[in-house]
Amino acid sequence: MLGLGVVLSTVLAVANKKLHVFEDPRIDDIEDMLPRANCGACGFAGCRAFAEKLVEGAANPAQCSANSSDMTEAIAALLGVTVEAGEKRVARLACAGGDNVARSRAMYMGLSSCRAAAQVGGGGKGCPWGCLGMGDCRDVCPFDAITFDEHRLPVVDEAKCTACGACVDICPKDLFEIHPISHRLWVACKNRAAGKDARAECDVACIGCGLCAKDAAPDLISIESSLACVDYSKNDTASIDAIQRCPTGAIVWIDSEKGAMKGAKAKKIERETPLPVG
Amino acid sequence: MDSAAKDGSKKQMASSQAIASRSFQHGIHPPEGKEVTQEKTIQRLPFPPEVVIPLAQHIGALAKAIVEKKQEIVRGEAIADPGGFVSVAMHAPLSGTVTKIDVAMVVSGVMTPAVFIKGGETPEEDVCHGAPVDVDAFSPREIVAAVQSAGLVGLGGAAFPTHVKLTVPEGKSIDTVIVNGCECEPCLTTDHRVMLEQMDDLLAGIRLALRATGAPRALIGIETNKPDAIAALREAIPEHDPISVAPVRTKYPQGAERMLIRALLNREVPSGGLPSDVSAAVFNVATLAQMGALLPKGQGLIERVVTVTGGGVERPGNYVIPMGTSLRFVLDYLGFKGSARQVILGGPMMGPAAPSLDIPVTKGVSGILVLTEDELAALPKKVFPCIRCGKCVQVCPMFLNPSRMGLLARNGQYELMEQAFHLNDCFECGCCAYTCPSNIPLVQYFRMAKTANRKRKAKK
Repeated sequence: MLGLGVVLSTVLAVANKKLHVFEDPRIDDIEDMLPRANCGACGFAGCRAFAEKLVEGAANPAQCSANSSDMTEAIAALLGVTVEAGEKRVARLACAGGDNVARSRAMYMGLSSCRAAAQVGGGGKGCPWGCLGMGDCRDVCPFDAITFDEHRLPVVDEAKCTACGACVDICPKDLFEIHPISHRLWVACKNRAAGKDARAECDVACIGCGLCAKDAAPDLISIESSLACVDYSKNDTASIDAIQRCPTGAIVWIDSEKGAMKGAKAKKIERETPLPVG
Repeated sequence: MDSAAKDGSKKQMASSQAIASRSFQHGIHPPEGKEVTQEKTIQRLPFPPEVVIPLAQHIGALAKAIVEKKQEIVRGEAIADPGGFVSVAMHAPLSGTVTKIDVAMVVSGVMTPAVFIKGGETPEEDVCHGAPVDVDAFSPREIVAAVQSAGLVGLGGAAFPTHVKLTVPEGKSIDTVIVNGCECEPCLTTDHRVMLEQMDDLLAGIRLALRATGAPRALIGIETNKPDAIAALREAIPEHDPISVAPVRTKYPQGAERMLIRALLNREVPSGGLPSDVSAAVFNVATLAQMGALLPKGQGLIERVVTVTGGGVERPGNYVIPMGTSLRFVLDYLGFKGSARQVILGGPMMGPAAPSLDIPVTKGVSGILVLTEDELAALPKKVFPCIRCGKCVQVCPMFLNPSRMGLLARNGQYELMEQAFHLNDCFECGCCAYTCPSNIPLVQYFRMAKTANRKRKAKK
């Protein structure tokens, strides 16, 4: 027994020396400096994979949008590279139809998940494009950046959002988009029905009236099948003037402090309670 | 019915049940609920003032509209061409004017392109489009082409284009055409009535299918709860005919393609495969009856038989309804009863709930089931944790493990469900959810998992 033990331990000792794989110790160090959320926002399969790419020089520390700027600087200093910081990006929701303004055509009674509900006749919401409000995005967000307001509508906390895109992937109605924070002009609606039909389904729907397009810089906003679309390549020309005459408040200006601001002419929403089904 | 006839039919039932040992393993036997409408002859509903024809009524590519706004059209005229091989033509169900080509909501809750037609002064005038043709002179290829331009799809509910099934893949052959007259879904009686009332069309359709596929024989699978259909068809088929009637046990989901092949031929369609892999082709009776009726006249599919039933309908029955008629028109005409609360398109086991009464009747709608508040309240709702009783495993006709998959789905492990538990073999018959004592919505979990997997693969 003792002999066997000695032989096997010798084999192990030799194997340890012979088969040793050198791994850059900086990978472990950098992994410790990353948020370890494994959110995938950097484009790699988790924080470890990102750390390996950083050491290889195939990625930049600024690609991790979840990390604090101090840590990003520290990683850059360790690797001797400069931070190529892009603009902060956040997730934005293209729907403002909470249960006090958007009608439901049917009552959904199944599994409480937007993805499940969307497969049952679209979830029963009057607007086939609208938010179902069952919180799949909130549940999937690794940074707790999504909360729900009193009308069952997700609210993105710009400070916490790291633009990882988990909500974009999970929303069955494709209502989230990732945008640089400088994109302040935002159409919080995806209803492509004609104005009359859109208004019948939701008080805050875009009715495609075109007032915002007229008030904005040329070609900034276009109307495509009764829905205002912002051309963000011309974002420099965007101003808050465009939203002022919007009758429903579907187009908003997202202020860094005040949140989503509606225009002066937007119909005031007074109802606080959910609309009845039907 | 006089007593002699009653005795006769009883004897018939007993004898057909004795023969019918053919079946598949597992499955369930829910209450049939067919007694309400099975004796009611097929009747015609009045024409609606307007129809909405979605261009996606079938599985496959969208049809391409070939009409324009304000165009005058005649009943039976083609209004859309197939948008690809797996796609079919559409025809106008009534004479009138095209008011617009826009999007309309379909049962999935999605807005899809559709042709809106407003009926003219004589919306019901006789079909004048399409000229009689000599189908006897058709080659198999010509039959397939005629079926596609007639807009025929599986009328049992799946709405899969029929001509695709009639096209035998290269290197394969079909030795049996299976005619699906099981109608295993509770409450539905359309196939039953079609077999009794459109028998000649059905037999003509089967002969066309035999010629198109080159199969030497056809078996009509009928559940033993329809002894009158079994007897009537047996009588109508001459001796030494390639067509024969094969009674099968009354059990759900006997009418599922794979189950019926298993029951009648004792062959198993491989996972991810098609019936043609085991030399079989399965067609619904209503599909073949329409094929037998339309092809010789050179016409297209513009209406279908629908069972309208459930506690919330004043006058339940089997009705011929033009495609594109809104549920609201049908149900207003037949009358709501009591506190009608939910409308299901198809049978109670697999039919989707309608999100709105404005959605149109399409080619895949075999039933309209209106449930009342009381009927809904009687359904168990509260979901309890899985107690690992294994009932779902005992009933799953595909021999899957729904219990385990349900637990995985709850944890979002969709990939594992597909790789290790054959999620994609599940055809959502609902036996597991029906039998689950904890009321776990298993089918909903599986559908969600399948969609998530598809989305993930598309992203890659």
